[in-house]
Amino acid sequence: MKEKRLLFALVALLVLGSLFPLPALAQQATPSDDEVNAIARQLFCPVCENTPLDVCPTEACRQWRELIRQMLAEGKSEDEIIQFFVDNYGARVLAEPPRQGINWIFYIVPPLAFLTGLFLLGRGLRDWQRKARQTAVQPPPVPAADEYAARLEEELRKRR
Amino acid sequence: MTPPSSPLPRRGVPLWAQIVIWVALLGLLLVIGIGLARVQQPMIAVGRPVPDFTLPLYEGYEYQGRSQVRLSELRGQVVLVNFWASWCKPCESEAADLEAAWRAYQPGGQVIFLGVDYVDTPLDGLSYLVKFDITYPNGPDQGSRISGLFNRDMGVPETYIIDQQGVLRFIKIGPFASVDEIRAVIDPLLRR
Repeated sequence: MKEKRLLFALVALLVLGSLFPLPALAQQATPSDDEVNAIARQLFCPVCENTPLDVCPTEACRQWRELIRQMLAEGKSEDEIIQFFVDNYGARVLAEPPRQGINWIFYIVPPLAFLTGLFLLGRGLRDWQRKARQTAVQPPPVPAADEYAARLEEELRKRR
Repeated sequence: MTPPSSPLPRRGVPLWAQIVIWVALLGLLLVIGIGLARVQQPMIAVGRPVPDFTLPLYEGYEYQGRSQVRLSELRGQVVLVNFWASWCKPCESEAADLEAAWRAYQPGGQVIFLGVDYVDTPLDGLSYLVKFDITYPNGPDQGSRISGLFNRDMGVPETYIIDQQGVLRFIKIGPFASVDEIRAVIDPLLRR
């Protein structure tokens, strides 16, 4: 009989113990604004131009941020949430175009153009330095040695 | 006489590199040009057939028990396609008129209304439909594919009315002001 009471008390304790901490846990699980904005800033407002989701004041963006909060609370990962937005609203909501297909142009062309510019600049500087060096070491021009000048010099000497 | 100075060796960009650079530049310009032309060219216009699309439907807003509807399956009916969103205030002002018009046309079976929920969250979209007691088929514009097909820089609400042959007959940017305004477009199409 005593054992039964003990068992009953244990079960009651377990049941009560599992009931009370639940609200506290649920509160902890509510994602903060910072957590929501860390994902929101990777997305853009669907209705304004060039406004990141984390700072957009429109109702549409407020709804999207709440959706992110809800998905985070459900335990969804950052990648899963972003993929959800791409699937539902298209790749245009991404802050960076996905690295696929024609989009590679945006990733390849700017650094390539920068490197080409650097190469051409370096080449131009090298040529310019070489030219400057050659000008510096060039001997002074030899005085005119023609016959007329020699005679003129001679005449002037005689008259002195 | 000054001795001739030794000429600098000519060190230009090699020919192959010049060709590569020019080809790359022209290719880039071509890609940008094609992209711009595609963006500026309207895919739909009044008097032209509307490209086919499939609209997945919200639960409770199915069409004849089906969870999606395809535009090409609706030939023979006048189709009103209304783009809306729960965050859109002007949409609210026309919601009752659209629903009233739908209830007037529904028994005849000659007209179908399709609501396309544009960049909205499913929960807010469904709440909007309940709030305004909307009963015609409605669904999300998944991946913004339908609005992309209509190729407009979309604001909402926008409404497109397509005739029985699948040709676009009317575009309304902004909300309808009354049921009569909706009927003034649809009734002549039914008489043809």
